[in-house]
Amino acid sequence: MAKRKRKNIVDVKNHVLIPKHKKLSEKDKKELFEKYNITLKELPKIPLDDPALADIDAKEGDVIKITRESLTTGKSIFYRGVISG
Amino acid sequence: MAEEEKEKKETEEKQEEKTPEEEKKTEEASEEKKEKEEITFSTRDFIFKKVESLVFGVSSPQMIKKMASAKIVTPELYDKEGYPVDGGLMDIRMGVIDPGLRCKTCGSKLKECIGHFGYIELARPVVHINFVKVVMDVLRGTCKECGRVLIPKNKIEKYKKELDKVQGETGLEGRRDAIKSILSSLKTINKCPWCKSRQQKITLEKPTTFMENEKKISPVEVRSRLERIPDEDLEMFGLNPTSVRPEWMILTVMPIPPVTMRPSITLESGERSEDDLTHKLGDIVRINQRLFENINAGAPEIIIEDLWDLLQYHVTTFFNNSVAQLPPARHRSGQPLKTISERIKSKEGRIRHNLAGKRTNFSARTVISPDPMLKLNEVGVPRIVAMKLSIPETVTEWNMEYLKEFVKKGVSEYPGANYIVRPDGKKKRITEETQEQLLEEIQPGYIVERHLMDGDVALFNRQPSLHRMSMMCHRVRVLPYKTFRINPSVCHPYNADFDGDEMNLHIPQTEESRAEAETLMEIHTQLISPRYGLSVIGCIQDSISGNYLLTRGFSMTRDDAVSLLYNIGIDDMSRLPNKKEIDGKEIFSVILPEDFNFTGKSRGKDKEGKDDVIIRKGVLNQGVMDVNSLGEEKGLLLRSLHQRYGDKRTIDILGKIFMLGTKFLTNHGFTTSISDTDLPEKAELEVKAILDKAEDDVNNLINLFHQGKLETFPGRTMSETLELKILEILNKARNKTGDVVAEYLNKNTGSSIMSDSGSRGGPLNLAQMAACVGQQAMRGKRIEKGYLKRTLPHFKKGDLTSSSRGFIRDGFKYGLTPYEFFFGAITGRDSLMDTALRTPKSGYLYRRLANATQDEKVEYDQTVRDASRKIIQFKYGEDGVDVSKSENGIINVDRIIQNIK
Repeated sequence: MAKRKRKNIVDVKNHVLIPKHKKLSEKDKKELFEKYNITLKELPKIPLDDPALADIDAKEGDVIKITRESLTTGKSIFYRGVISG
Repeated sequence: MAEEEKEKKETEEKQEEKTPEEEKKTEEASEEKKEKEEITFSTRDFIFKKVESLVFGVSSPQMIKKMASAKIVTPELYDKEGYPVDGGLMDIRMGVIDPGLRCKTCGSKLKECIGHFGYIELARPVVHINFVKVVMDVLRGTCKECGRVLIPKNKIEKYKKELDKVQGETGLEGRRDAIKSILSSLKTINKCPWCKSRQQKITLEKPTTFMENEKKISPVEVRSRLERIPDEDLEMFGLNPTSVRPEWMILTVMPIPPVTMRPSITLESGERSEDDLTHKLGDIVRINQRLFENINAGAPEIIIEDLWDLLQYHVTTFFNNSVAQLPPARHRSGQPLKTISERIKSKEGRIRHNLAGKRTNFSARTVISPDPMLKLNEVGVPRIVAMKLSIPETVTEWNMEYLKEFVKKGVSEYPGANYIVRPDGKKKRITEETQEQLLEEIQPGYIVERHLMDGDVALFNRQPSLHRMSMMCHRVRVLPYKTFRINPSVCHPYNADFDGDEMNLHIPQTEESRAEAETLMEIHTQLISPRYGLSVIGCIQDSISGNYLLTRGFSMTRDDAVSLLYNIGIDDMSRLPNKKEIDGKEIFSVILPEDFNFTGKSRGKDKEGKDDVIIRKGVLNQGVMDVNSLGEEKGLLLRSLHQRYGDKRTIDILGKIFMLGTKFLTNHGFTTSISDTDLPEKAELEVKAILDKAEDDVNNLINLFHQGKLETFPGRTMSETLELKILEILNKARNKTGDVVAEYLNKNTGSSIMSDSGSRGGPLNLAQMAACVGQQAMRGKRIEKGYLKRTLPHFKKGDLTSSSRGFIRDGFKYGLTPYEFFFGAITGRDSLMDTALRTPKSGYLYRRLANATQDEKVEYDQTVRDASRKIIQFKYGEDGVDVSKSENGIINVDRIIQNIK
C-alpha cells in the first residue's frame, strides 16, 4: 500500500472542489463521540493516504472535520475517522 | 461467518449447536405442563444461543456409516404383500411413507418421522462428480510419490502468511482467488521439491476420468494418492483437514437419502410409481451388487472395468443428471430423471422456487378497470372473488345471530360463509349436509369464516413494487363482473393503466394486521409523497378539464347546481348563494372548507391576463382550477389542504373535487377533433412565412458554408457550427409557429381546453397538428444516416437542406410527404428501441440502489444510520428537512408565522 506522507503530484489542497479538512482535538473528538453516542467504528472513514490529508498531521484513530459548501444548507459539517490506507 | 471455507451443496452441514438446544426446550416445556397447568409458558424460559460459526465439510465414510440407520443390499423395494423389504431401498428403518406403518428407527408414524439416512458399500470407489475439480487441483498440486505439496519447505510459510494477509484485506473471496493463482503456478513444476521424483502431467478426461501420460488413473489409485497428503499441506488447497479430507471426495460408501425425501406415489390403478431418486438408487444398488458378484467370482478384468464404469455413470447421474459429457439418465418415457442437483438448481429448484418464492393464501389477482364512481380508497372486488376470500370472525354472545345468517346462506349464496373453525382448531367446510348440524353447534368461541363484504380491509398491490405507495390499503366494495375496479385517480401511485394490467389483492386475517394496514397503509396516509412533498394522487384527465371549464366562467341555474352537487354527495346547500344563476366558481367553492385560504398560480392566463388563483374564506374569488392546483405531483391546492386539514379530510375533498369535475363534464359534454386545430387564413400565412424564412436562412448558411465564409464557433469545426446553427434556426421556427397557433386557436374547443387546463397534451402537440411537426432528431443531431452522403435517394448527395435532413415542415393535419413520414418513422423506431432497452436496465439499477439503502433510517438524533448503526449522514439530507412536510424542500417560515397570527 501507499506510503505515508506520499508526495502528491498535484497539490489538491487549494482546489475549489476540495472542502476544508481539519483534525479534531482529543477533547472535541470525545465530545463528538458523546454527542452521537458512537465509537470510531460508526464514523464514515477516510484513508490515511488520502490526498486531502497531505499536510494534516493525522494518525489512525483521529477524526477529521470536513466543512463543505452545500447547495441545500450553505455549510455542512461532516466527520470522518482516519483509517490506515 | 466462520473462518472456514469449503462449501459443497449437498454435503452434510454440522449444526451441533441447534439440536441439544431444541431438545432442552421441548423437555422443559413438557415438564412444565406436567407440573401444573396454571404455570404459564413465558419467553424467559427459552434458552437463547448465538450461532458463532457454521462449518461446511465433506462427510467421511465413517461419518456416513455412523449416521446411517440401515445398510442397503438389495434393489428390491417391496415383497409380495407390498411390505417394504428389509435392506431394500424403501426399508422402514429409513422412515415411513405408508400410513399405519411405524419407523423402525424412531418408532414414530408417517409425518412424525422425518426419515433417516441409510448407506451402501460400493464394491469399487467412484469419483463424486461435484468434487472432480477439487480432486484435480489437489492431484496436480501434490507429488505422486510422497504426497507433499509441490512447494518447497521454505516457501510454504511465506505463502501461508500471504494468504492470511489477503484474507484480512479482501475476505474469503480474496483468499480463494489467491489459492487459485498459487495452484495454477504449480502446474508447471515437474520435479517434487521434497523427494525429487519426476511429476507427470495429469489431465482430466471429462467428466470423471483422470489421465496421467495417456494412462488412466483408477479411482483406487487416486484415492490412495489423496490419502498420502499430510494434513498440514491441505491448507494450501483451501481445505480444512478437520472437516474435509480429499480422499473423502472419492466415494467408497454412499449415503442413501431417507425415503421421506423420495416418496412414492400410488396411482389410481393401485400401481406404485417411485420417485426419480429411488429409480436412480435402484440402478446404483443393482450394478453394485453385480460388481460385487463378479469380483467375488473372479470375472475377467474387462467385465469388472465395464461394470465399474457403469457404476460410475449411475453415481454421477444420481448427483447431477445434466453433466455436459454424459447422456442424461431417462425414464422409460424418455424424459430425463430429476436427480439431486436438478432438485436444487435453477428457477424451479428448491432454492428459488420453494425457499425464495413464497406464495400466500387469502389473495386474488385479476385485470383492473376504472370506475370513477368509487371512492378513492375503495377497491371494487368481483363477487366471485368475494365468495372465495374470507374473513374470520369469532362468535360471541352478541354477534351469534348475525354470524349464523352467514352460515345459513352457506358457500354458494353471497354474503355467506365458507368454513367454521371449532375452538380446538378443527376446520369444517360448510356444505349442504353439514350446514344444519353446524348451525346448531355454533356457540361463542367458534370462528366463522364469512365472505368478504363492503368495508372490509384489503391490501392492493401492483408489481413492480418500487414504492411504499405500490401497496396500499383499500376498502372492499363488492361488485358484479370479473375485474378489480379502482378510482382512476389512484392509478398514479401504482403506475397502473387499464390496457390489461393485473393487480393483487390480499385480505389481512387478524385484528392486528387489519389495524396495522389501516393506520399505516390506507390511501390517505400515502397521499403526500416523501420524494417531493406533493400529493401523488390528484385529479386527472376529464376531472381537470371539467373543473377548469366549470371555474372558467360557466354558470347554470340554481336547480342544476343543486342537482350537480347532490350527485357528488353534498346535501348541505347552505353555502350555495341564493340566486337564480350561479357561477361555476361558486359551485366549486361549496366543496372547500369554510375557513380555507389559498393563493396560487394557474397554468394559463385568463382574459385579463392574470394567472393568480385566490381563495379566501373558502370561496374561489379569482382564477381557474387546473393541473397546477389539482394535478397529481403538482397540485399545490392539495398540499395546502393537507397541511391545514389533515389527510382524511383532504382525501374526502379531493374525491369530491374529482367527482365534481367528471360529473360536470359528462353533463356539459366534451369532444375533441382534428378540426379543433383549424387556423384562420391569416395564421396559415404567418406560419408559412415563418417556415419559408427559416428555410431561406438555412440555405444562406449552407451557401456561406460552401464558400467557406461561415464564422465558426470556438472549438468547433465549420460543419459542426453549421449543424448547430441550422438546428437552432429550425427549432426556433417551430416554436414560433407554436406561438402563432397558440395565438389564433379557438380557446373554446376541446383540444384547447385540454391543453390550457393541462389535462392532456400541450401547446407543442397542438402546434404539431396545426402547423409544423418540426425537426426529427437522433442523438441531438439531424438525421444523417441512410445512404452515402444522403438520407434517401430522393435527395442529391451532400444535400444539407432542412427537408433532406429530417425537418418535417407540414403539420399532421395537412399531412406529411412520403419522405417526411419516413423521417418520423426513423425517430419513432429509434425512441421505441431506446425505451425498450433502457427500461429493464434502469429498473435493475434502481433495484440495486433500493436494496443497498433499504435499512437506512433517520434516528432520533437526526443522523442517518444503517443497520449496524454506522453513520451515513450527520444530519438527514444535510438540513434535516422532511420533504413531505415542507414546500419543495424548504420550510416556509413566513407562512408558519402567518398561520399562528
